[in-house]
Amino acid sequence: MTGTAVDLIWIAPALALLGFVLNGALVFVRPTARTLVSVIGTGVLLAAFAVAIVVARAFAGLHAEAPVVFRYWSWIPVGTLQVDLAFQIDQLSVVMLLVVTGVGSLIHLFSIGYMKDDPGYARFFAYLNLFVFFMLVLVLGASFPVMFVGWEGVGLCSYLLIGFWFTVQVNADAGRKAFIMNRIGDVGFMLAMFMIFWTTGSLDFETVFAHAPAALVPAGGAITAITLLLFLGCTGKSAQIPLYTWLPDAMAGPTPVSALIHAATMVTAGVYLVARCNLLFALAPVSSAVVAGVGALTALFAATIALKQWDIKRVLAYSTISQLGYMFLGVGTGAIGAGIFHLTTHAFFKALLFLGSGSVIHAMHHAYHSTHSHDDAQDMRNMGGLARYMPWTAGLMWVATLAIAGVPPLSGFFSKDAILTAAFARGSGNPVWLVFWVLGLAAALLTAFYMTRLMLYTFHGPNRTGENERSHLHEAPWIMTGPLLVLGILSAAGGLLNIPELYHGTARLDHWLEPIVQPSAALLPQTHLSHTTEWVLIGIAVAVAALGIVGAWRLLKPEALVSALQSPKERGFARILRNKWYVDEIYDALIVRPLLWVSTALFWKRVDQQLIDGATVNGVARGARALGWANRWLQTGQVGVYVAVFVAGVLLIIWRAVG
Amino acid sequence: MLLSPALAISAVLFTLGVAGVLLRRNAIVVFMCVELMLNAVNLTFVALAQRLGMGGQIFVFFVMAVAAAEAGVGLAIILAVFRHKQSVGLQNMNLLKD
Repeated sequence: MTGTAVDLIWIAPALALLGFVLNGALVFVRPTARTLVSVIGTGVLLAAFAVAIVVARAFAGLHAEAPVVFRYWSWIPVGTLQVDLAFQIDQLSVVMLLVVTGVGSLIHLFSIGYMKDDPGYARFFAYLNLFVFFMLVLVLGASFPVMFVGWEGVGLCSYLLIGFWFTVQVNADAGRKAFIMNRIGDVGFMLAMFMIFWTTGSLDFETVFAHAPAALVPAGGAITAITLLLFLGCTGKSAQIPLYTWLPDAMAGPTPVSALIHAATMVTAGVYLVARCNLLFALAPVSSAVVAGVGALTALFAATIALKQWDIKRVLAYSTISQLGYMFLGVGTGAIGAGIFHLTTHAFFKALLFLGSGSVIHAMHHAYHSTHSHDDAQDMRNMGGLARYMPWTAGLMWVATLAIAGVPPLSGFFSKDAILTAAFARGSGNPVWLVFWVLGLAAALLTAFYMTRLMLYTFHGPNRTGENERSHLHEAPWIMTGPLLVLGILSAAGGLLNIPELYHGTARLDHWLEPIVQPSAALLPQTHLSHTTEWVLIGIAVAVAALGIVGAWRLLKPEALVSALQSPKERGFARILRNKWYVDEIYDALIVRPLLWVSTALFWKRVDQQLIDGATVNGVARGARALGWANRWLQTGQVGVYVAVFVAGVLLIIWRAVG
Repeated sequence: MLLSPALAISAVLFTLGVAGVLLRRNAIVVFMCVELMLNAVNLTFVALAQRLGMGGQIFVFFVMAVAAAEAGVGLAIILAVFRHKQSVGLQNMNLLKD
C-alpha cells in the first residue's frame, strides 16, 4: 500500500467484472433491456478508464524505480511455492492499463451502434466486459500464474466472441480453432513456468527477475529453453509463425471484437510478455534472435498474404499479424520501448481500421439486407466508391492507412521507424540483424501497398454494390463515427508519445519505461548510430512507404474490378497468395488429418471401444453374468429344496459346534 | 424324573416335524409340522425347567405367543396363495425362479 491513489487499482478490474455480472444477469432476466445493457457495459469501462488515469497520474507522481505490488490474498501456498493473488503497478503495466481501458472504452461505445439490432446484445456486452476483466488481470498480475489466469481468460473470451454467432458452423469452428491453437502455445507457457520455478524457486516477477541473473547461466540451455517456451506461448496468443492461422479465421466474430481482442489488446499480450520478461530474453541471445527473426518473418509473410485477400477484415487480420511481427522484432531486438510504442500506436490505428471496416460492413449489410440480397457484405469486390456515401469513415480510415504505412508525421511512422532503426543498429554486431531489418523493410513496402489497395477498392472507383442497393448505403450513426474520430486523432498524434531525440523530442515513452528496461539494457550490446545514418534510415523508410502507396495507386485499377460473383479465379503466384500459401492445407494434411486418423482408428476404435469399453467395462459385467449363470442351478424355486438345504446347513453347524 | 422320556418324545416329535416339512407338499401340512417342531421344543423347555429353573417355562409362553402370531400370518399367506393359485401345493410356488 502506498497511501496514494495507486491503491485504487483493484477497482478497474472489479468494475469490468461487475459489468460482466450485471450484464450476464440481464441476459437471463431482461435480454431486451438495451439501454440498461449499454449504460452498464460502456459505463464500467469508462469508469475503469478514469480509474486508470487516476492511477497512472498517482504512479507517475511516485517516481518509483521498483514496481508497486499489492498482495491481496494467498492463492497457492504449497510448500516452497507461494503464489499470492497480487497486482503490480509499474511503468509497463500502466501503459497497458491505459491502452486496454482507453481503446476498450471507444470500442465499447462503437459496439452500441454496431450491435444495435443483434438479439444477443446483452450477451455480447457481458462477454466484452469479461474480456476486459481478464485482460486487466493479465497486464496487472504480479506473478506468472496470475498473469496466466488472465492469459487463459482472454483466450476463453476470444473463443466465446469469435463464435458469438455460433448457429453458423463456420463461426463455431473458427472459435474452436483459435482456442486449440492457443492451447498449443499455452503448453509452452506452462512448461516455461515450471522451469522458472525449478531454477529460480519463485514465480513472482520481482523475485524471478532478481534471482534470474544469478540462478541461470547467461546464454545457457535452461534460460534458452525457458525463453523459447515462453515465446511459443506468445506465438499462439499473438498469432506468429507457426501458430498464426487462427487469427484470420477469428474474423468470424463481430467486428468490434476483431478490433478490441484481435487487434488492439489480446493479441499484443505476447509482446507484453516478452517486454515483461525482457531480462530473461536478454540473458538468452539465441531466443532474442529467434523472437526477432520470427517476428520479421511473420511481418513479411503475413503481408504477402494480405496482398491478395478480398475480404476487408481478412486483409486487416493479416495486417495485424504482420504488425505484431514488427512488435516482436522490436522487443526481440531489445528495443522494448519501441516495441511497446508500436503496440500502443498499433492499438490506435488498427482499432480505427477495424472499426472503420465495421462501419463499412454495417452499411453494406444494411444495403443488402434491405434488398434481401445474399451477396458478401465483406468482400471488397462488392464495394467501391464508398467514400461518396460515408466520407467520415473514408477520411478517418485514410488517416489510419497512412499511419500504418509509416507516413510522417503520423504515429505509425515513429514507432515503426524506431523498431527498424533498432534492428539496423544491432546489425553492426551480427549481420543477421540486417537480414531482419531488410525483412521488416520489405514488409513495410507491402504494408503500404496492401493498405492502399484496401482503401482504393473499398472507397474509390465506381461502386459495385448493385443498382438497387446503392441508395441504401449511408454513413454510420454518430455513436460509431465518434469513437472513429477519437481514434483518428490518436492515430495521427500518437507519435507525440515518443518523439525521438533526433527531432529534438523528449522520447517520453522510452524514458518512462527505463526502470523496466534497465536491467536488460545492461546485458545487451551497446549500439550507437550517427545522426547521418539515422536520417538515411528514415529516408529509406519514408521512400519505401511512399513507393508502396504510389505503386498501389498506379498499378491497381479499381475501375477494372467486377463484383465478387463474376470475378475470375486468380492464376499463378497470385493464386498461391490468395490461398494463403496453402498453409492451412499443409497443416491440415500434416497435422490435423494424421491426428484425426490416429484418434479415430487407434484411440477411439481400438483403445476406447475395444480395450476400455470392451475388455474392461463390459468385461466385468460379462464376468459377473457368467458367474451368476453358473450358479443359478442353486436356485430351484422349490421351497422344499430350500428347506432341505437349510436343514442340512443347520445340521452341519450343529455337528461342527458339537464335534 | 421322567426327564429322559420327555426329551425322547420331544426328539421324536421334532424329527417328525422336520420330516414333514421336508417331505410334504401341502402348505397347510407343512405349516402344521412347523408347529409340531415348535411344540417339541416347548416340551424340551418344560422338561429341562425342572432342573434348570423357571426360565424355560417362561420362555415357553414366548414361543407360544410367537407361534400364534406366526399362525396368523402364515395362514393368511396360505389363504392368499390359495385364492391366487386355487391350490396350496408347494410345488406350484416357484415364482422366484422365473
